[in-house]
Amino acid sequence: MPTFAIRDAETLERRSSPDRPAVVFKHVSLAFDGKAILRDISFTLLPGHTKIILGASGSGKSTILKLILGLLKPDGGEIWIHGSRVDRMPEAEMMKVRNHLGMVFQEGALFDSLTVGENVGYKLYEETDMPLDDVRRRVEEVLGFVRLSEHIEKMPSELSGGQRRRVAIARAMAFKPPTLLYDEATTGLDPITATTIDEEIVKLRDIENVSSIVVTHQLRDAFFVATHEAIRLGDQIEISPADAKKCDEAEFIMLKDGVLIFEGNAAELRASTDPYVQTFLS
Amino acid sequence: MLGLLIEFSKSAVLAVQEYVQLQVATIRGVFSRPFYFHDVVEQFDAIGIGSLTVVLLTGFFTGAVLALQSGITLDQFGARPFVGRLISASMIKELGPVLTGLMLAGRIGSGIAAELGSMVVTDQINALRALGTDPVRKLVVPRVLAGFFMTPVLTVISDTVGILGGWIVAVYQLGVASSLYWTSITEALYLQDAWMGIIKPFILGYVIVTIGCYVGLGTKGGTQGVGRSTTNAVVAASVAVIAVDYFVTRVLITLLY
Repeated sequence: MPTFAIRDAETLERRSSPDRPAVVFKHVSLAFDGKAILRDISFTLLPGHTKIILGASGSGKSTILKLILGLLKPDGGEIWIHGSRVDRMPEAEMMKVRNHLGMVFQEGALFDSLTVGENVGYKLYEETDMPLDDVRRRVEEVLGFVRLSEHIEKMPSELSGGQRRRVAIARAMAFKPPTLLYDEATTGLDPITATTIDEEIVKLRDIENVSSIVVTHQLRDAFFVATHEAIRLGDQIEISPADAKKCDEAEFIMLKDGVLIFEGNAAELRASTDPYVQTFLS
Repeated sequence: MLGLLIEFSKSAVLAVQEYVQLQVATIRGVFSRPFYFHDVVEQFDAIGIGSLTVVLLTGFFTGAVLALQSGITLDQFGARPFVGRLISASMIKELGPVLTGLMLAGRIGSGIAAELGSMVVTDQINALRALGTDPVRKLVVPRVLAGFFMTPVLTVISDTVGILGGWIVAVYQLGVASSLYWTSITEALYLQDAWMGIIKPFILGYVIVTIGCYVGLGTKGGTQGVGRSTTNAVVAASVAVIAVDYFVTRVLITLLY
């Protein structure tokens, strides 16, 4: 496996200590022009676990991901990423923290002037000292993981919507971040393509031990990710229904108008008596 | 009414503050690492070589029409043989820098605003930041360097083909002797004129590109916003070229003459 050093940062191994929570939100609040977007949000994402953030459009789901990445700063509360407090961190230092985080944007946000291979290897080419041959090998490896090896030389405009999302996943995982954030990764895709994306999320979590935050309003995809696991069988990776212990590692968060109204696993979500949760699930 | 005025003033002050912040970040990006060298080379090609055709055509026809018009005026004083003097002074001191600036405002100002604007609305700028890349260093610094260094080169080329265009009209339409034309050009040129013609494009190139980058990075509102940013960038950069030219000329006249 090729090794590489991310500029101005300690190695990934040292940063992603297994006993430190991947993400911690403590009483986080945010408002734009006097309108509250998030109010007193608190949760913890443990390493290798999954948080699935549900909620209607405009409930503040994607804002949480932008706060984690430091693209927005909260008005109050604390945000911790792998042991570093980031809610007041300057942009230059935030760049180093982002080496812990991979993000899959809603529409993929692929760089349309670069090929698929250049998109996937972007961070390794531009922000690390990794030799070009090793970058190429890593790009081929992650494109193989998302089953898009034959598209390495294509431009993003030549790909379908589902393929673009998978390339976005490959780009986010190429530099092996310990935490991945998915912003509506399956929205607008047909159920079959959406399932392939869900499988990639499960594979990354279980095979690569990546902590995940999945923002979605697609219940079908949310429950698929929460109730399935990936198991390596020789050269093959099999996706199958998860046991109860594994299911407990995926927790749901339900947002309503910027307020956290539910936190618990899939079984607890289904059993919730909250009227809003019940309406959302129906 | 007063409320609207206060809001307008606030947004104007905020815009100036953000523009200055972008300048500071850009200048810091020029002198510190990481420095994206291949993006700089790419932008030198896109802004420099890519603008060559429009600058050549503009310069040539400006010189040609200047010869035609000034020929008629100079005839009234029996001074047609001095047409070269007028063309060289006008092209090198004023028309070369300003017209090249205006052409670049239209071509690269709009291109930069549209490119960065579409990157903003498709989340590519956020993706860059998420991947640990500072968009100012990656996108703004290479464009500013290319604009700053290539605009003077393009201006010199524009001046040269303008004088050539004037020569063709002077010799073949006005019947001025070729040797007289070239002699009058060199006779009328002073070192201060050359300095003025070469200093101004550095500043104009910088202004055009930074306005394009600022407007592009501030794009809001989807594809409609990209269109609005493109128009705003061209208008603002064109006005800035004329205005900055006036103020820089005033300063240079004080310093050089």
